[in-house]
Amino acid sequence: MKKLVYFLAFIFCVAKLFSQQTPAKKQLGIHSIVGATAHVGDGTIIENSVLIFENGKIKVIGAEGSITPAGEIINAKGKHVYPGFIAPNTTLGLVEIDAVRASDDESEIGTFNPHIRSVIAYNTESKVVESMRPNGVLIAQITPRGGRISGTSSIVQLDAWNWEDAVLKMDDGVHINWPSIYKRGHWWSGEDPGIKPNDKYNEAVTKLKEYVLQAKASVEGNNQRNLPHLALKGVFEGDKALYIHINSEKAILDAIQFIKVFKIKRPVLVDADQAYKVAAQLKANNIPVLLERVHSTPDFDDSDYDLPYKHAKLLMDAGVTVAIQNAGDMERANVRNLPFQAGTVVAHGMSKEQALQLITLNAAKILGIDDQVGTLAIGKDATLFISKGDALDMRTNQLEKAFIQGRDISLETHQTALWKRYSKKYTEKK
Amino acid sequence: MAVKVYLALTIHFFVLMKKLLLSLSILAFGHSMLAQDYFPKNDGVKIAKDNYYVFTNATIHTTPDVTLKNATLVVQKGKIVSVGKSVSIPKNAIVADLNGKHIYASFIDPMTSFGITKPKNKSKNPWSGNLQYDSSRTGYYWNDHVRPETNALDHFKYDEKKAKEYLKEGFGTVNTHLNDGIIRGTSLLVALNNEANTSERLLDDHTSQLFSFEKSVKSKQVYPTSLMGAIALIRQFYLDADWYAKGNVATKDLSIEAFNSNKKLPQIFYAGSTINSIRADKLGDQAGVQYVLVGGGKEYARINEVKQTNASYIIPLNYPDAMDVSDPLMQHLVSLHDMRYWNQAPANAAVLSKNGVTFSLTTDRLKKLSDFSKNLKKAIKNGLDKKTALESLTTIPAKILGKSDQLGVLKVNAIANFLITKGELFSDDNIIYENWVQGAKNSIVDMNTVDLTGSYALTLEGKKYDLTISGKPNKPKSKLKLNNKKVASKINYKNSWVTLSVSDVDTTKTAFTRLVALIDKSANWQGKAVLPSGAETTFNVIKKEKEKEKAAEKKYKQKEEPPNKIMPITFPNMAYGFSSLPIAKTVLFKNATVWTNEAEGILQTTDVLVKSGKIVKIGKNLVSKNAEVIDATGKHLTSGIIDEHAHIATAAVNEAGHNSSAEVTIEDVIDPDDINIYRNLAGGVTSIQILHGSANPIGGRSAIIKLKWGESAENLKFNNAPKFIKFALGENVKQSNWGGKTRFPQSRMGVEQLYIDYFSRALEYEQKMKSGKPYRKDIELETLLEIVNGARFISCHSYIQSEVNMLMKLAEKFGFKVNTFTHILEGYKVADKMRIHGAGGSTFSDWWAYKYEVNDAIPYNASIMHKQGVTVAINSDDPEMSRRLNQEAAKSVKYGGVSEEDAWKFVTLNPAKLLHIDDRVGSIKVGKDADLVLWTDNPLSVYAKAEKQ
Repeated sequence: MKKLVYFLAFIFCVAKLFSQQTPAKKQLGIHSIVGATAHVGDGTIIENSVLIFENGKIKVIGAEGSITPAGEIINAKGKHVYPGFIAPNTTLGLVEIDAVRASDDESEIGTFNPHIRSVIAYNTESKVVESMRPNGVLIAQITPRGGRISGTSSIVQLDAWNWEDAVLKMDDGVHINWPSIYKRGHWWSGEDPGIKPNDKYNEAVTKLKEYVLQAKASVEGNNQRNLPHLALKGVFEGDKALYIHINSEKAILDAIQFIKVFKIKRPVLVDADQAYKVAAQLKANNIPVLLERVHSTPDFDDSDYDLPYKHAKLLMDAGVTVAIQNAGDMERANVRNLPFQAGTVVAHGMSKEQALQLITLNAAKILGIDDQVGTLAIGKDATLFISKGDALDMRTNQLEKAFIQGRDISLETHQTALWKRYSKKYTEKK
Repeated sequence: MAVKVYLALTIHFFVLMKKLLLSLSILAFGHSMLAQDYFPKNDGVKIAKDNYYVFTNATIHTTPDVTLKNATLVVQKGKIVSVGKSVSIPKNAIVADLNGKHIYASFIDPMTSFGITKPKNKSKNPWSGNLQYDSSRTGYYWNDHVRPETNALDHFKYDEKKAKEYLKEGFGTVNTHLNDGIIRGTSLLVALNNEANTSERLLDDHTSQLFSFEKSVKSKQVYPTSLMGAIALIRQFYLDADWYAKGNVATKDLSIEAFNSNKKLPQIFYAGSTINSIRADKLGDQAGVQYVLVGGGKEYARINEVKQTNASYIIPLNYPDAMDVSDPLMQHLVSLHDMRYWNQAPANAAVLSKNGVTFSLTTDRLKKLSDFSKNLKKAIKNGLDKKTALESLTTIPAKILGKSDQLGVLKVNAIANFLITKGELFSDDNIIYENWVQGAKNSIVDMNTVDLTGSYALTLEGKKYDLTISGKPNKPKSKLKLNNKKVASKINYKNSWVTLSVSDVDTTKTAFTRLVALIDKSANWQGKAVLPSGAETTFNVIKKEKEKEKAAEKKYKQKEEPPNKIMPITFPNMAYGFSSLPIAKTVLFKNATVWTNEAEGILQTTDVLVKSGKIVKIGKNLVSKNAEVIDATGKHLTSGIIDEHAHIATAAVNEAGHNSSAEVTIEDVIDPDDINIYRNLAGGVTSIQILHGSANPIGGRSAIIKLKWGESAENLKFNNAPKFIKFALGENVKQSNWGGKTRFPQSRMGVEQLYIDYFSRALEYEQKMKSGKPYRKDIELETLLEIVNGARFISCHSYIQSEVNMLMKLAEKFGFKVNTFTHILEGYKVADKMRIHGAGGSTFSDWWAYKYEVNDAIPYNASIMHKQGVTVAINSDDPEMSRRLNQEAAKSVKYGGVSEEDAWKFVTLNPAKLLHIDDRVGSIKVGKDADLVLWTDNPLSVYAKAEKQ
């Protein structure tokens, strides 16, 4: 029976009836990657490394000579091995095509939606999702959008049959969109389109606080009738993070106070375009940041042109735990460029291995999955890949193999299939 | 009511003349002042109103240049009869001895909407509901926003209240129009004579013809949706008006008829901003019209261009309020540009004047009219000389409106509009006493009011108080002290009567003693006091002589406000502007890795010498005496990045109002103040094509510019830039994701037919042109004809292979070539066909999944097209991606294994080829433009940073 399934799957693949790739089988036996430069993800490098994994977990890692490879040997001499890159705050699998409403499941109506769970809408067979893997992005947080409280995210690995298989961490946190301190005028009603203070800011913050107060009361009374309120239980108790999507210095200071007042145990700031201005307070209060897109333009004409490029370094130098994310326009397709965003930070002063942390260890820590992934360390998932060269540089980010929990995943995609098909069309014609 | 007001105002005007005046004023009200003999009269007997008003012993400023001391002005029937030093005074005259007071011509505002209400906008968002593509009217021009037939008089209702506000500020005449539409019709000129009727005060019902770039709110017709559309519309309208005037049109067009008959009037363009005024002037140059330009108040920032228009300007005095930066956490919301505006705007008039720009001032755009004199004073404090100020309010607006013979000066036969002032018009303590319009008096401040300011001793009920009176003569404020303790008091002074209420010394009591006195010319006064008990007594007030001078001095000092420290402007006048424009220097780059993009390939340890903006030498061990030497050891020198597809540095992107907008051009709306120019430079970009958007199958013409930060829009343009136009296919042009469902085409099938139709019409047009017979000049069809004749290149927004193929086949049918397919995300599917046709492909490196038609977009696209021999460029379409196009090019190495040298050409030489500017830019070659970038690393590396250029 099993054989038949494989046979059929093979037939389908060849016939291109499915453009999506088939999830890989469970790791069988032991694999050893030998000779590669291992970028551990914690800032260190092991040249000529040996990395052994079994049953989906890393068993051994160290320098060649001290360790004897076991099982199937993968020769990676002159190549590089990295922990799978982690993309926080994405809408992967929630929308397939921006302009096609039927394919869009990223937000729900209403203002306060902590109970809305992204994971059940996550489409493991998205063509966009599979296109992450050839660039080394193997893990993502699937985050709902919209409203004042958007809902609850989950963290998935990107090679699965269904969302249950995909989950790395279920319902990892709740997402708040903090009110903006400024707004832009509507040009069509004759308003000046320039930036001006948002006079509804305080009102919106007050409403948010009232909601959280209500939720706290419901949680304490264990009121099962208030579903949305109960969704915040984990936030108060510390097993869920509270992601506060926020901009501007003033708002961040207000949010820090909010965090203290409500004794939020695992707060995370997301976007935080002026975090560098309050780095000391963030460090003092131990609040990490999932920073705004590196590849973005500053919000204000007067800002340094390279502010988004150097922002991560400013925070890291100040001692803030920082990772990067890619929310914004056309966000899904471009998540695969996360490694190059980290590379851009290097051009603006950060070291390569530190920049790597922005999409590996730091991201794992902030998302609360560093016990499973984020570095090449013993006991962690064998979610990793081999690249011909430096994976933070577009030219040399060329993956030869990638493993998720030890499974040897496909690096083919809808896009590589088309590439091969049309390349062949022209060569055959000749 | 009006009679009463008038009486009240006149009561104190020479007691002797009181009776006579009274009767005159009644007559003036009950009747017209100007003779209209053929009007019947049923309410009394006819009276010849031919008495004279004579003003003697005045300092008369007959023009801003000429001042006559101890002169006399004689006025009769609303006109000046004589003015001068030795003027004979007629017998039937009312003579006023002005005793050294000054007389000036009243002000003229050439740009108002006085008495005309702007129509209300019906729908807030023009894109809501069903879009209207056709005009709502027949018998008029095809576009509802062109309304030259609008006659201000049809919408005019004299506004007495508003007139009083103008009079207070010194205005006697205003030009007013209906502030609506692109061609707005004619204005009327009205004297602010509250005592007359329209037949008397209407000086001209067709003063000027007005234009703007703003659509009418009376119609929802979508065209034009953009500034460039508005410009193109006016341009074509001039041609159509000419064609109509020559009798070539069989049907009636009331818009054009009205326009043609008003062509000889002053043509005023309400541009609304400095940069728009420059755009309007250029449009006028093309149409052979010199507009009077209504500026925006920031002319100082681009004064050279303003000067070059040679236009007369009408300048608003609406200075921005000080920004609220009290909260340091909010201050980043205020840009340097806004702060500069606040700081520099009060010097605008001075800068214009110093640069010899002729300008008139206007109250237009002031929040309230009373700000006018305040802001004018600010302008003078900030360097506007008083003579120019006066000219800008009198002779210049008169000249602009073609009324120099009647207005703005005090001469025989001119309209008797004049001001009587205390002293020099723009001195700090001046007061405008009276503003006479058409020989009728409007009292602003009673000129016989005794100035009470000073220190006094008040004796009341045996107590001696110290009374200090400050403030304006007609609005005094009081301060009262008893034994050096403050006593609450309130003073009121009107019609020579002063009342003073004095509170009880005990502040817990609410008891007042009320004092009243009639003031004569003496410095001391006395009167009746009513005690809280109701008992009456007397009081007297004696001026303290010694204090007098001191107080006056103090008052003057308080008023003295230091002029703003005006910050220097930069180019552009915002964050990161240059203090002066950079000039091309002689520069020698030493020991660089030089990416030539030529047969030489990448040269190691090579020097490049640059002189006068050109590359003059490439080689080893170069020396140059005068060159600035840049050590480029370990660095990479390349030609600048060229972005084939940008939408930065423009005030408009789409003209979506028609399915073809070949008549519009981005060149009309280049915005040199876009911060993205600076940011792109920092990313190594030196040239871009600013493309029209993809809202319609036939879009608008492009602008190809160099990113010379700080330069004018005109100087950003490439010299003799090749001509380009944007076309578009697919979802956007069939409005899948926006707009209504009424505009053809709604399918890819329709797109083909639309092209066939337009190109066929272009060919028919060519037949007409060649026939030798007169033909209607059509900018849109001429542009399309250029395409067919190979004189204009297409850059076509495209995704899906079927439609790409269609356009190539269609072009071949019409005998031309599609120059560039831009985006071309399915180019890899038809790369062979593109090569055969000769089309280039300018694509994204890896964008996809944002709409249905990019489902098959692959990052290997550039590589496949390249391998098939198509000239490939990688473009941005985005102000963020454009500043790291080097990274986007490098992705071609990853996706499909393009060589580094070829990948680099994707963002330099190849876009130069596609834009037909590769003879000037795109590689490092002797003789080419020195548009160079020095990189810290291999430019394709993610770690490379543009260091210098």
